Amino acid sequence: MMGEHDHVITAYRDHGHALAVGMGMNECMAELYGKYTGCSKGKGGSMHFFAPDKNYWGGHGIVAGQTPLGAGIAYALKYQELKGSCMCFMGDGAVNQGAYHESLNLAGLWDLPVIYIIENNGYSMGTSQERSSAGEILAKRAEGYNIAWDICDGHDLEEVRQKTSEAMARAHNECKPTILEIDTYRYRGHSVADPDKTYRTKDEIAEYQRTKDPINLYREKLISQGVLTEAEAKEIDKAARAEAEESVTFAEQSPFPPTEEITRDVYWEEDNPEHKVSQGRIFFQDPPVEG
Amino acid sequence: MQAMAEEMDRDDKVMTMGEEVAQFKGSYKVTEGLLERFGAKRVIDTPISEAGFTGMAIGAAMMGLRPICELMFWSFSYVAFDQLFNNAPNVRYMSGGLANVPLVVRGPSNGGTSVGATHSHTVENFAANTPGLKVVCPATAYDAKGLLKAAICDNDPVFFMGNTILYNDTGEIPEEEYIIPLGLADVKREGADLTIVAHGRATITSLKAAEVLKAEHGIDAEVVDLRSIRPLDEETILTSVRKTNRVLLVEENKPFCGVDAQISHMIQEKAFDFLDGPIKRVSAVDAPAIYSPPLEKLQLPYPERVVKEALEALK
Repeated sequence: MMGEHDHVITAYRDHGHALAVGMGMNECMAELYGKYTGCSKGKGGSMHFFAPDKNYWGGHGIVAGQTPLGAGIAYALKYQELKGSCMCFMGDGAVNQGAYHESLNLAGLWDLPVIYIIENNGYSMGTSQERSSAGEILAKRAEGYNIAWDICDGHDLEEVRQKTSEAMARAHNECKPTILEIDTYRYRGHSVADPDKTYRTKDEIAEYQRTKDPINLYREKLISQGVLTEAEAKEIDKAARAEAEESVTFAEQSPFPPTEEITRDVYWEEDNPEHKVSQGRIFFQDPPVEG
Repeated sequence: MQAMAEEMDRDDKVMTMGEEVAQFKGSYKVTEGLLERFGAKRVIDTPISEAGFTGMAIGAAMMGLRPICELMFWSFSYVAFDQLFNNAPNVRYMSGGLANVPLVVRGPSNGGTSVGATHSHTVENFAANTPGLKVVCPATAYDAKGLLKAAICDNDPVFFMGNTILYNDTGEIPEEEYIIPLGLADVKREGADLTIVAHGRATITSLKAAEVLKAEHGIDAEVVDLRSIRPLDEETILTSVRKTNRVLLVEENKPFCGVDAQISHMIQEKAFDFLDGPIKRVSAVDAPAIYSPPLEKLQLPYPERVVKEALEALK
């Protein structure tokens, strides 16, 4: 669905987005291991996968910290009179941050082609939506900023595709923003630090997995329509797992970055000495990092 | 203003945004004339929304635009702290060098104007402590123009700390274009008896003190204006220290982790044998900026206090 001038930026649950825009499993896995062959040379880690050549701007750790950036990407497209959009993904936990509201005001006021996509899994870390957010439908807050909004079921792949393409059309043809809320779920805890024992039941998770898993549902649909056989589905699964296993091997065998890399990729000017104009000292640790 | 106009002429990816920059012509009239010349697409009035518009500028810079964000006061950067001190300096690093942020943020960074504690911050020390950022503090209109041009051409985020007193400086500025590279200090007054290192408005205060030292005490002080904090011109400082053997540091930052804490460490580390006495320092008095005008004057470095500390440094 993404055209030449459609861009993506997201929060820290960014592995799926990375693979979706075409990043490789090897570079992503190596990044998780902190290896030099990682997509950020081991300098970003799990929350910070980037691929500007694929119009993918990260991977951001601070909740809603990416929402003004998303408005900025959309602003740059409009400034350069390019027909495009910025899909700025976020979680339900981000909608209460001030920076998000500032971004909405700018997007609504200046007609920015940004699509704020709220992946609502019902929990911001361990706190349920009803205990965090005033007002029932999160996307509906768009109305306060004169922004169009919509909501859809994340387990229906085709509905998600349809609604997203409507938002993209609004961005491309009218240069206007959208807030699209997608209701979904999260099987594991917020992060490895979350034992996930206190805020929801095992039954709730199991029920969702049984009845609403989007990949299962879509596979069943394709099979029932005769587009895919059981055997083919199994093959796809197997191949994906194999690729993932290989990426682990790749990561394990890759080297860590050399020590002098700590102070590289900090300043464009330092990394491009043939273009350097500034003088003086820019790094201040004593002694300097040894290779 | 000239600097911005020249760069906006040269490169149409350069644009400016901030509160009251367009129709109001800038709260200190810095952007006067830009709207007429370049139009509303490139000179943009923003709502009062620092986290929003600075973050937006960072996102646009990642995409290749070259925004110049104006903050009405650098104190307001605290509203945008996550964007300016977390996103702007870190995006390049976390992407392993795949992205960069050619952003300039400018505004007045000074106290002494009776606006109270929350409006009176000098923010250069926070910026200087942040790898990924560059920060400059010009003390004269001439330096401001040259440094702003360098900042706009720089492909890294540069925080430009202006000064409301500076805006009234009617010094000579050449018509022709010139750039002052970052990382170059400037000896504003030569002398052999004492090195005074300062930046921003403290440079002007130090020059006044130097006049008094000469007239009333026969002391020739050398005043080194840092101009650029990060990157830092250590060589010019050290050359002066090796010549005079006595050092006084003057800053409008508060003492703990003020810029001069770093300068002091650096001098004793690299020129210890050249020092004939401890390095002395005048910082702002360590309390929130007081409102009452006569006390606010005493809270910031003022010529008599600098003279007094200079004499201490010469003991």
